[in-house]
Amino acid sequence: MLRDGPSRCDCIHAKMVMPEVKATTALLRVWRGARRDDGRYDDFQVPYEDGMSVLDALRWVRTHLDSTLAIRYSCINANACKTCLALVNGEVEYTCMAKLTAEVMIVEPLPKRPLIRDLVTDIVPEDEKL
Amino acid sequence: MYAAIAAAQNGASTILLDKSQVGRGGATIMAQMTVAVALGQQEPDSVASHLQDTVRAGRGLCNEELSALVCREGPARILEMEQWGTRWAREGEHLKQEHAPGHSVKRCCYVDFLNTGPAVAATLRRKVGEFPMIRRISNFAAVDIVVDDGRAVGAIGLDIARGEFVSVEANAIVLSAGGLTKLYARNSASANMGGEAYALGLWAGAELIDMEFVQFFPIGHLAPRLVGMDPIMWDPFRYKLGGKLLNGRFEEFIDRYGSSDFGKYNATRDVAAYAILKEVEAGRGTPHGGAYLDFRHIPEIELRGAFGPVIDRLLKNGIDLAKTPVEVGPMAHYHMGGIRVDTNMATRVPGLYAAGEAVGGANGANRLSGNAVTEAFVFGHRAGISAAELARRAKPRGRSEWKHESIARIQQPLGKSERTRASPAALQTELQNIMWEEAGPFRTGPRLSNALMRIRKMRDQGLAYAPIGTNKSFNLDLHDWFELRAMLTTAEAVVASALARAESRGAHQREDFPQADNSLEKNQVLEFKSGGLASRWTEPVRLHPCENGDA
Repeated sequence: MLRDGPSRCDCIHAKMVMPEVKATTALLRVWRGARRDDGRYDDFQVPYEDGMSVLDALRWVRTHLDSTLAIRYSCINANACKTCLALVNGEVEYTCMAKLTAEVMIVEPLPKRPLIRDLVTDIVPEDEKL
Repeated sequence: MYAAIAAAQNGASTILLDKSQVGRGGATIMAQMTVAVALGQQEPDSVASHLQDTVRAGRGLCNEELSALVCREGPARILEMEQWGTRWAREGEHLKQEHAPGHSVKRCCYVDFLNTGPAVAATLRRKVGEFPMIRRISNFAAVDIVVDDGRAVGAIGLDIARGEFVSVEANAIVLSAGGLTKLYARNSASANMGGEAYALGLWAGAELIDMEFVQFFPIGHLAPRLVGMDPIMWDPFRYKLGGKLLNGRFEEFIDRYGSSDFGKYNATRDVAAYAILKEVEAGRGTPHGGAYLDFRHIPEIELRGAFGPVIDRLLKNGIDLAKTPVEVGPMAHYHMGGIRVDTNMATRVPGLYAAGEAVGGANGANRLSGNAVTEAFVFGHRAGISAAELARRAKPRGRSEWKHESIARIQQPLGKSERTRASPAALQTELQNIMWEEAGPFRTGPRLSNALMRIRKMRDQGLAYAPIGTNKSFNLDLHDWFELRAMLTTAEAVVASALARAESRGAHQREDFPQADNSLEKNQVLEFKSGGLASRWTEPVRLHPCENGDA
């Protein structure tokens, strides 16, 4: 079931036994969907290098595997914009600061914010919307 | 944000549109370094001296009226920012000012530690929030400026979260969407530096100037992967501590390229960039295609004394400077060229202004360290005042049919999407590689011609058919498609200008024309004509010899 591209994952819950991953790649299991009650997890195999961030991996996925993945970020490196928050292995983290590991990583949208799509939640103040 | 504040202070009802969240995107927030202003608090200084240094660095191409504006109004903006809450580093009773390369005195203010950008962005966000007449809109990607009857009358943009195109009407528009460093594979940019301000300006009828002058920072961070820091963070380390530049064989090499280094970092930016890339070309680069920057000879206590908490941030990234050298190399960092404006920040299109890095001309062929944030403040302030003044004088317009027409027109090219083609995001990466390989720090005629061909091919064959996902909300394919469209126009402007300038000057280095040509001490001006770029040469704007910037 591990494929190099967008795939529909059979699991309904993220905490499960994961396939073995080669040391040179990491496996991202990413929540997808536009409604909390109608989502799925997609698996993406990503080339892994020491020090890579989860955001690096998500950006790699968008460029190489599935450009329809919705993520939110701006500064990429500097942890200055503070907009790339998501749930990484169950913890709220800036995806730019969360280190990718050669194990399986589960990335999900913030649980307490309204969902927009995939990993993007509504973190914009009300008075900054149209 | 500075423009919005100045416009509101001058009575204008203002809409502040930002592709990211307001005040969290762009370049300023990433600037960890310094702001150059002739306050003369650290040691005697003058506007004339700052101007002289700026113009000297610009190698004959500065629009000296714009340079003088930056130098003259910089001090007032810095002090204003302090009143608004920015805690500039102080020494006793005065602001602390450091030396930076190219400046003849200590004139660079900063916020500790390496926190200048985030601190000033926070100040401006707070200040913007104090004005009820500034309406902030986040996640709005402007994709077109609408010109009606020769005047800029509004903008069309993508409301990213909802996936809808929206029109915004305005009596005056300030383009302040930053530079173009995202065009390059190696860059220090945030996500939104794709050069859209230049393309939007060009399409609307404004002129661009000096587009060939992209500044490459010689020792940007390449590896190990470092997050939580600006990739160009090593410069202050170099001023304060020195450090050795070594090639992949751990040999010092700068002296092979006509300069000396010896751990003191005397080598100028252009020599350092050239030497590193030539070592890589000769097969003596580091694993990530750069050079090593080595601080192992500096005692840890000195490292900590100079950079305290930053040393811990590095350790969190697995980088122990006392034990491990880092890999560095040239990367795109800033753009000297940009939209051609007068000293009121007005383009030649009535109603259209520019501010910040989007403006071209103030820095000529090369920018001094510390002048970028200064110009962001000064030009923003000036543009806001000009726009407010125009808005006050504006008469109500009757015609608003343009809104529907423009929204329909902007979506027309989207119909050809083919599933099997490269996505807009993949094409952006390809464009970044083209620009890095063929139009990077060291250029030749054949490589630039090749770049031009590949850019045009991507525009005609790639962009038109790039697949766009069908999701409505936060459809990044759609966002990337419009961004790529602008990136291609801006990339073409850079490459065409670089090809036409058959000489080496400042940041524009041609390996096939290694010397400066006095007859080319001129600016290249581009405009959009009959669906393509047209260029001409103009004489640089000079101050009268009796003016020194103080006037």
